[in-house]
Amino acid sequence: MNKSSSSSSSSSSSSNSKSKFISENVFKFQNHEEFEETPTWAAVVTVLGYAILSALGWLRDFLRHIGFEEKKTAYDPNPKDFVPLYQSYECFYTRNLYTRIRDVFNQPIASVAGAEVHVMERLSDDYNWTFKFSGKKIPSINLGSYNYLGFAENQGPCSEEAIKSIEKYGLTTCSTRHELGTQQYMKELESLMAEYLNVEDCIAFGMGFATNALNIPTLAGKGDLILSDKLNHVSLILGARLSGATIRTFDHNDVKDLELQLHDAIIHGQPRTCRPWKKILIIVEGVYSMEGSLCKLPEIIAIKKKYKAYLYVDEAHSIGAIGPRGRGVVDYWKVDPNDIDIHMGTFTKSFGSAGGYIAGKKTLIDHIRIYSHSACYSSSMSAPVVLQIISALNIIMGRDGTNDGQKRIQQLACNVRYFRRQLFDMGFIVYGNDNSPVVPVMIYMPAKIAAVNREMLKRGCAVVTVGFPATHLTESRVRFCLSAGHTKEMLDHALRAMDEVGHLVSLRYSKQNPHLRWHDLNRADYDKEYLSLN
Amino acid sequence: MGSSMTRGDIENLATDFYGLLESFKHAPLYHISFEIFLVLAVIWLVVFRKPRPIEKKLTEKEKQDLIDEWQPEPLVPSVDPNHPALNVRVLDGIVGKTVEIDGKKSLNFATFNFLNFVGNQRIADKAIQAVQKYGVGSCGPRGFYGTIDIHLELEERLARFFQCEEGIIYSYGFSTIASIIPAYSKRNDILFVDEGVHYAIQKGVEASRSHVKWFRHNDINDLERLLAEQEVLDKKIPKKARSIRRFLIIEGLYVNYGDICPLPRMVELKYKYKYRIFMDESVSFGTIGQAGRGVTEYYSIDRQKIDLISSTLEYAAGSIGGFAVGSSFVVDHQRLSAQGYCFSASLPPLLAAAAIEALNIMEEDNTLLFETIMEKSKRLHKKLLSIKGYIISGDEISPLKHIRLTHAFNTIGRLEEIVQFAQTRDITITVARYLNDEHLLPEPSIRLILNVEMTDEELEFLCAVLQEALVKVTT
Repeated sequence: MNKSSSSSSSSSSSSNSKSKFISENVFKFQNHEEFEETPTWAAVVTVLGYAILSALGWLRDFLRHIGFEEKKTAYDPNPKDFVPLYQSYECFYTRNLYTRIRDVFNQPIASVAGAEVHVMERLSDDYNWTFKFSGKKIPSINLGSYNYLGFAENQGPCSEEAIKSIEKYGLTTCSTRHELGTQQYMKELESLMAEYLNVEDCIAFGMGFATNALNIPTLAGKGDLILSDKLNHVSLILGARLSGATIRTFDHNDVKDLELQLHDAIIHGQPRTCRPWKKILIIVEGVYSMEGSLCKLPEIIAIKKKYKAYLYVDEAHSIGAIGPRGRGVVDYWKVDPNDIDIHMGTFTKSFGSAGGYIAGKKTLIDHIRIYSHSACYSSSMSAPVVLQIISALNIIMGRDGTNDGQKRIQQLACNVRYFRRQLFDMGFIVYGNDNSPVVPVMIYMPAKIAAVNREMLKRGCAVVTVGFPATHLTESRVRFCLSAGHTKEMLDHALRAMDEVGHLVSLRYSKQNPHLRWHDLNRADYDKEYLSLN
Repeated sequence: MGSSMTRGDIENLATDFYGLLESFKHAPLYHISFEIFLVLAVIWLVVFRKPRPIEKKLTEKEKQDLIDEWQPEPLVPSVDPNHPALNVRVLDGIVGKTVEIDGKKSLNFATFNFLNFVGNQRIADKAIQAVQKYGVGSCGPRGFYGTIDIHLELEERLARFFQCEEGIIYSYGFSTIASIIPAYSKRNDILFVDEGVHYAIQKGVEASRSHVKWFRHNDINDLERLLAEQEVLDKKIPKKARSIRRFLIIEGLYVNYGDICPLPRMVELKYKYKYRIFMDESVSFGTIGQAGRGVTEYYSIDRQKIDLISSTLEYAAGSIGGFAVGSSFVVDHQRLSAQGYCFSASLPPLLAAAAIEALNIMEEDNTLLFETIMEKSKRLHKKLLSIKGYIISGDEISPLKHIRLTHAFNTIGRLEEIVQFAQTRDITITVARYLNDEHLLPEPSIRLILNVEMTDEELEFLCAVLQEALVKVTT
């Protein structure tokens, strides 16, 4: 299955630690990515687990069919001779596997989704078919929300700006960008974002998912080729499908496979007619949210230049969270932003707001302004949402006169290193790049998905556990999202909880690293590193 | 039949033949063997040899040449800098009943602000409270701690407002119906879609990859014809037909035309031909019906008969986002299969709070607000009809109307002139904008939208300005 790849680039020369930007010796550029292979016995047991669950599912379905057991699903209000809305096999997974552990997904919260969150307790007395709220709120450390720079706050300069804007602009314009929906703050946001990314122009939309799904069709069409990474997000796949272009996938982050596909595509041309392709678009993501891996940008850019293809980078999880100045993978790899044709990203994760953007050359953005489905038919962005982004950007860029922005970026980088290293050293299998704030820890077996989530919640940590179909069948994982808002105490609490749960549920699968308990680790070592970085 | 051969001819023939054989006997061996070889070669060539295919393997150099020669098209074609989308009006304030453009206040008939909730103080206060409690963003999709108690409250309130079992909210109006259709309708299913539906529905239909049967806009006879044809086809493949789902996709009040769908007849046909109805009530939510519940209330049809009603919070409710209501059987499925719901961050809590407050206002006022807007729409319709030279499209109770010039005159250029003239007289209106790849591009028009708080005098003024503009444009 998977490989472990590590390449450490030259660490930048140590410079004056009082420099305006994050000092280089704090951010030693070490690019190490690892995906330890699944132990065979774990894979076998996992498949066996799913087989047992499926068999039980069939048995239960049979019992329901003969009337021995009560059917708990809702009834179709239409007469019986209508074609059934759902095929029975489509819902098999939902009925028999998902419902058993339904309480760990869609957990409602009752507070701001910051570093700490209040999870609303739900009780079920019919095995998760229906829920009742007990009214109790469980205060937990939030390791599930996308809050990389800690801007999900209900106090502070950003919320104040948002509140002021509600008074001044109302909540919406009720109009599209092509008609009467362009306000001054939109122009301000777009020029600020273009400056942040160091490109010519930028356009912003109200939803990140829609930014991909509704704009890729304006960039590619029939007769074009889209080469998309196997693990790309659903919105990218939907956008590529709606465009009408031919889609081919290359293995995840595999630069050789990409080159091979490009090479063959140009030589053989379009299928059947053998006409040359009109253009080729490569779509990759900055940070992959389920794997924690970073895309190999310099190599991909070299290939794209060699074969004259266009590059689309989706920085949903990397903008603000990666790079010494928080400018995303472009900043991390120190490449020229003009080498990437289309920069795309979202404001949901690092800016504590909502929406997406596309940035690049002015000709590209003008084209999108005219032909984007979103610009022509959707309401423009809401004022408080935009003002939150603008004030967050000002803080990150240091324009508010403080170095709060840099402190946040630094804090995130420290937290990431601290957390990842200790998980690794305890013997868990942790996927992804050492610098990625997305930390997936493998758990493999289906029953453990629920066990880990419930046990961590008991210990005051709200985590996200994912299984099939969001991931491969045998690769269920618990995915931590770190934040600049997490303090060292919170991380220690989380690590202790993970240590206990890992022991209880047997999550230490690593064959490369020894299996250690948290108190066995050399605390002084980690503490020293954390404090020196901070 | 040729000429009869005489005995002498036959004797000559035999002699010649004999002579040939004799000559063979006397010929040298190499001569005979060469002759035999030639004969055999001819036989082989004719009978046995097949034409050899031309070799298609390329050499490395040829491959490299192909790569070097290939030139892609530019990423985007060149754009016209005078395109209206690149020269929009930039505003800087509340876009409510009046809007300030270039320092002058004008009456706003251009934005979808039907109930004038934009700038409403109660809604603004609730939104501010929500920011102080929850911050701005929700920081995650619904499945991963993005479900906030305020979302659950809004879903429950919407379901209660429409008297349905369950509601579900989306964070973007466009994505609502565009995610709903592919969640239910798959490759083998059939969609009967009105030709005049708006773009988001067209995208949803495209994403579903189902068989689409378009019927003429609001033409119930055309729909019946298609349904009857399908029934005939079904009889030929009865077993397969039992697993093909059918859906009727319509709008309550069409954004592109302003007219209401013939719902009662469509519901009758539903039980005759066994399809499910998905109705998009973006414009009719909050504007049609005694309590603003839309076209079902207007026609007094039981809402349980419509399988799913989808709508948007971006028009009458004065917020952002979209929603769908229906029976739990139908709506719950979207929580795991609608892409715009599962894979996207949830609605910011302040916008959900604003929508809840909008619902509060709508429920408090009960019938007054909606009676007023229907009444004013009728009055506006009458006034507009009295201006000669315009073709008014839309139902009389519809708060959204399309105005066109008479056929030969109706160009975007002239309509833009009317819009510009109106702006000089402090009336803001807009030409309806579409993308060229609509399924059925509507004729150019000015989209007039009525705000419930417009007074009679203001409506009179609007008509007067339109009259003046007409004179200016047609001379």
